[in-house]
Amino acid sequence: MAQITLVEAVNLALARSLASDPEVVVLGQDVGRDGGVFRATLGLLEKFGSERVIDMPLAENLIVGMSIGMAVEGLKPVCEIQFAGFAYTTIDQLLNHAGRMRHRTQGRLACPMVMRMPCGAGIHAPEHHSESPDAMFAHIPGIRVIYPSSPKRAYGLLLAAIRDPDPVVFLEPTRLYRLFKEEVADSGEALALDTCFTLREGNDLTLVTWGAMVHESLQAADELAEQGIAIEVIDVATLKPVDFDTILASVARTGRCVVVTEAPHHCSIASEIAATLAEQGLLTLLAPVQRVTAPDVVVPFPRLEHHYLPDKRQILAAVRKTLEFA
Amino acid sequence: MTIAAQFQVEYQQFLDPLGRVVRPLPAFAEHPAALIALYEAMVLMRTYDAKAIALQRTGQLGTFASLLGNEAVEAAVGTAMAKEDVLLCTYRENGVQLMRGVTVRELFLYWGGDERGSDFSGPRHDFPTCVTIASQCLHAAGVGYAIKLRRQPRVAVCMFGDGATSKGDFYEGVNAAGIWRLPVVFVLTNNQWAISVPRRGQTAAQTLAQKAIAAGFDGVQIDGNDVIAVHHAVREALARARSGGGPTLIEALTYRLGDHTTADDASRYRPAEEVADAWKKEPVLRLRNYLLEARVWSKEQEEGLLRRCNEHVQAEAQAYLDTPAPPARQMFDYLYATLPGAYAARRAAILGVTSEHGPDHAG
Repeated sequence: MAQITLVEAVNLALARSLASDPEVVVLGQDVGRDGGVFRATLGLLEKFGSERVIDMPLAENLIVGMSIGMAVEGLKPVCEIQFAGFAYTTIDQLLNHAGRMRHRTQGRLACPMVMRMPCGAGIHAPEHHSESPDAMFAHIPGIRVIYPSSPKRAYGLLLAAIRDPDPVVFLEPTRLYRLFKEEVADSGEALALDTCFTLREGNDLTLVTWGAMVHESLQAADELAEQGIAIEVIDVATLKPVDFDTILASVARTGRCVVVTEAPHHCSIASEIAATLAEQGLLTLLAPVQRVTAPDVVVPFPRLEHHYLPDKRQILAAVRKTLEFA
Repeated sequence: MTIAAQFQVEYQQFLDPLGRVVRPLPAFAEHPAALIALYEAMVLMRTYDAKAIALQRTGQLGTFASLLGNEAVEAAVGTAMAKEDVLLCTYRENGVQLMRGVTVRELFLYWGGDERGSDFSGPRHDFPTCVTIASQCLHAAGVGYAIKLRRQPRVAVCMFGDGATSKGDFYEGVNAAGIWRLPVVFVLTNNQWAISVPRRGQTAAQTLAQKAIAAGFDGVQIDGNDVIAVHHAVREALARARSGGGPTLIEALTYRLGDHTTADDASRYRPAEEVADAWKKEPVLRLRNYLLEARVWSKEQEEGLLRRCNEHVQAEAQAYLDTPAPPARQMFDYLYATLPGAYAARRAAILGVTSEHGPDHAG
């Protein structure tokens, strides 16, 4: 078993899918000869040919719209948008077509496609390259939104997304692409969608998070463990539909919850989780649910990025506040 | 100075507005039966259209987009396409759908606010009607790519109006079709009006057909009220696409004789004289004049055809009116292949069933 990075795990899952399913095609800007700007598609063109690993003209809307046409005709397109900040032009296609195709034809046609993109801040990237539109995607009916946070989960969830019969937006945490390695067996085994992953068990407080912030949340939990505080860390992983059962069950046990996301505060998925805990878990709560999020501002340029992104210090402060609540 | 590139756009017409032959007819039009079939299809479309408007005006159908004036384009495309080809059309191309096997009842269901209308009995692989303008041009490129990848002798036929050519989706779709020489025929029904904005308000380009030239393939302009010209152009384009010759853009010049939809009043923005003039060039009368002149069509045949069309549309309308509303669960039934558990409670609440799980969060 090899130690690989998250972006290498994405590559491994793509190669495995292209090899095992002749209907799978990969398309996007610079995904062929260049292997993708983050090298997520490295070597795929050489192995599977330019008919199935398609360098697209520079038009994001076309990439998604063509994927829909391919998917309805029975192919399994896995398209790449170079950065999440460039995906906004594709919302019409996702919302009005991909997410609706099965419903509006009453199951006659379907749209089994995956739309991958690097997502999030923290890599000192230029303007528009650090966006977190996860909640925007999660607002679209009829699609799934997946956001893995480790090489293993990236591999298993991407395989699951490609095999899923419905459209999937697959967000990849850019900051974690090469931050650490993990042993990943190229077993071809998919992980379950629509389910949270409990990464660490504890009875004192539940930290609910996803994407790159899973990293900081685990670090915060490690630090608190040294002080004898047992934090349960849940990686939500599937942001639509959210596995609220796991979150509610955990909070019912711990009585305290902090939700951590790097997306802006207003109408974030953290808000949805907090609201659901208020609706369905209020009597199990010993303290108000805290949200640790980015402020509701334009993602700043890299020189201010560290003021924008939530960090371990903010997570620890929110955890303490929640634990100290009478 | 040297000229870097030069282009031209051909215009094609066989019948003038009075139905007189202006140039030698293509081979298929030598057979009266072929032209009579086209004529019968156009009359059925017009009967369907009138019935839809009558149903809407009496509160028995939702907002409807009339195809009045577009019959020649739709009959020609419907006849020329093969069943295994893929149709991607708009809400104004019900006529093509009828010819491909979608029933009048299904079309009424669609306009009557019932999703089952898009679960139609026409070719099951045809796309549902596209409402968001030009967005189907991208799907057509994707379908064309899939067909080419699988080496199938099929063609994607993508239909849209003059307004659609102002959108990026149109440019992106034709551009992609040009790059890979995809088996796609783009049929542009230029009926001169996109709701209240006339053709000249969409673009300063001399023709819309020339937009294909920028994408690296041929665009042709035809008299869209001359069903022979449309059929000829579509047949040629389909044959070229089927044999690996790549895409074509066909700009069919016609006129939207009705309002944009039943919710529109075109008299607010276009002169009555213009509409009256357009009626002198309309496609159904033109072909009837030709058929009568050629003595292959008679008054008796005409009466019989109108009776059959009326009976058929009337029976289908009744079948539509007799169709009960779908069950409420339909909202959830086809959202995903398998409805995720997170939706169960909200679904149950809407269905009036007690749920054990309390209010839902995902729905």
